[in-house]
Amino acid sequence: MAPRRLLLDFEKPLVDLEEQIEQIRQLARDSEVDVSQQLLQLETLATRRREEIFSSLTPAQKIQVARHPQRPSCLDYIQLLSDDWIELHGDRSGSDDQALVGGLGRLDGRAVLFIGHQKGRDTKENVARNFGMASPGGYRKALRLMQHASRFQLPVISFIDTPGAYAGLKAEELGQGEAIAVNLREMFALEVPVIATVIGEGGSGGALGIGVADRLMMFEHSVYTVASPEACASILWRDAAKASTAAEALKITARDLSQLGIVDRVLGEPSGGNHWAPLQAADTLRTALCEELNQLASLSGQELRDQRYSKYRRIGRYLEHPEMEAAATSDTLESSASA
Amino acid sequence: MSLLDWFADRRKTAPALRPTPEPDEGDGLWSKCPECGEVVYRKDLIANASVCASCGYHHRIHSEERLRILLDPGSFIPVDGELSPTDPLAFKDRRAYADRLRDSQRQTGLRDAVVCGTGTIEGQGIALAVMDFRFMGGSMGSVVGEKITRLIETATEQQLPVLVVCASGGARMQEGMLSLMQMAKISGALERHRSRKLLYIPLLTHPTTGGVTASFAMLGDLILAEPKALIGFAGRRVIEQTLREKLPDNFQTAEYLQDHGFVDAIIPRTQLRSRLASLLQMHQQPAAVSA
Ligand SMILES: [Zn+2]
Repeated sequence: MAPRRLLLDFEKPLVDLEEQIEQIRQLARDSEVDVSQQLLQLETLATRRREEIFSSLTPAQKIQVARHPQRPSCLDYIQLLSDDWIELHGDRSGSDDQALVGGLGRLDGRAVLFIGHQKGRDTKENVARNFGMASPGGYRKALRLMQHASRFQLPVISFIDTPGAYAGLKAEELGQGEAIAVNLREMFALEVPVIATVIGEGGSGGALGIGVADRLMMFEHSVYTVASPEACASILWRDAAKASTAAEALKITARDLSQLGIVDRVLGEPSGGNHWAPLQAADTLRTALCEELNQLASLSGQELRDQRYSKYRRIGRYLEHPEMEAAATSDTLESSASA
Repeated sequence: MSLLDWFADRRKTAPALRPTPEPDEGDGLWSKCPECGEVVYRKDLIANASVCASCGYHHRIHSEERLRILLDPGSFIPVDGELSPTDPLAFKDRRAYADRLRDSQRQTGLRDAVVCGTGTIEGQGIALAVMDFRFMGGSMGSVVGEKITRLIETATEQQLPVLVVCASGGARMQEGMLSLMQMAKISGALERHRSRKLLYIPLLTHPTTGGVTASFAMLGDLILAEPKALIGFAGRRVIEQTLREKLPDNFQTAEYLQDHGFVDAIIPRTQLRSRLASLLQMHQQPAAVSA
């Protein structure tokens, strides 16, 4: 059995079933009664219940899954995906951010650059990793490594998992806004394939700062937000308790974002979320990364830049001539809302 | 009057650029400075670029007034003036986004939070975007992103420098991730403009925060700011909560950013036009023309 998993509040219906299963197992061990039939039934039931629960998660519940402390992190995936990993440190300007890591490795034999936000599993790790909230030095380290990758023809594989860029006095003094901004611009100039995957939560500009890519992928229960639902609720609803309402309204799920033309590929998760089967999650990720890399491999540096620009160029919804389109406006709104 | 009629009406009367009073004060003949309390004749205030003559306080001004101060009279040619927002997420918080948009459009006469076009400053051509804080806090959604991107693309084709006057609370939450992606879109357009060795100058005015600071506001070849403008990435309150301590008084002011190396020059609004003209002139050396 895998180590004991932390169950989320909406998984509570599963707790009773799991306990029953455990009791029957105990019974079987103690009495040698054949309970395999009952066990099979209960396990099938538990699997089905889990599938039901996870196939209809609300956005707020997905946030809980995306932030689950046992959800595989950036370095977990790198360990699982890469044969030959060497972490590279530092922004060459006086810091080495632990919340944003990067290095070289091999993906199916091909040398690549991995970068990503790194959260911790427990309080101690989280303090060291600053909860995955990167500092300006982290974004500058990432840029240094990405530009290195571009010079040496190494594809960039980026893993997004942050509540947002660090908001602090030091971060402002060192130019958090400038660091992210420069990454946004310079990622358009990279002459190698860039694939970004939201593995956990994508928090606003802090996520986008390593997220300008030829392909944006997202795990099924990951979320990507313009502002955290908590902040959004306190600003727009003037009530932080309305976070789940805000989460609903902001359209933060992989499915919503692929319908809005922002996410290119949604990666399925094992029932119960990636933390129930990290190896399976890593396999899904490896397959998708290799497929996308193979598709991008034939493009020249200039073609990659042009296509990357066109991809972002198309994002947005507006009316060109509202007077002419006025009659159609209500249809447009409905179709984009239900699309 | 329907929105449609109102637009039609406006088109007949709109183009004339006229001095307008600051939004944060009434329409009276006299104006009281919120900083020093001096009462001045409003006409004099406007003649001084809405800067208090006794204490230097910079009153907030509209996009129209900004254009009047910056550009040669009659030189402004607006582009994409009809581009208008939709409600892609059918968003509703305490109020519906569609209603907020309609109100802002009524109050400002604008369709969204930025005015774009080309014009001249002492005869030198420039592509110009002016954000308008009155329109939902100058927030950046699809229309702001699209208009600024188109402007930069036009400037790249026509080999023009770009000036963006920033005034924004950041990304517009009501358009969700579509807003965040505008940061990338505009930055991509700036990368192409930059690769042609063309000049880009953002002017940071009060306030410039959030997603705008984390994209085009900080990407200037030269970054200019107005005195005492609030400029920052994260909100002051958020940072105070994180740190649990008081921040310096001048935190996130233009002067503070200049001290930390993120603003090239702070220029009083009364000198802005002549300073910009000089800077544009100095970047017009034949050698600087792109290869
Ligand atoms: Zn005064």
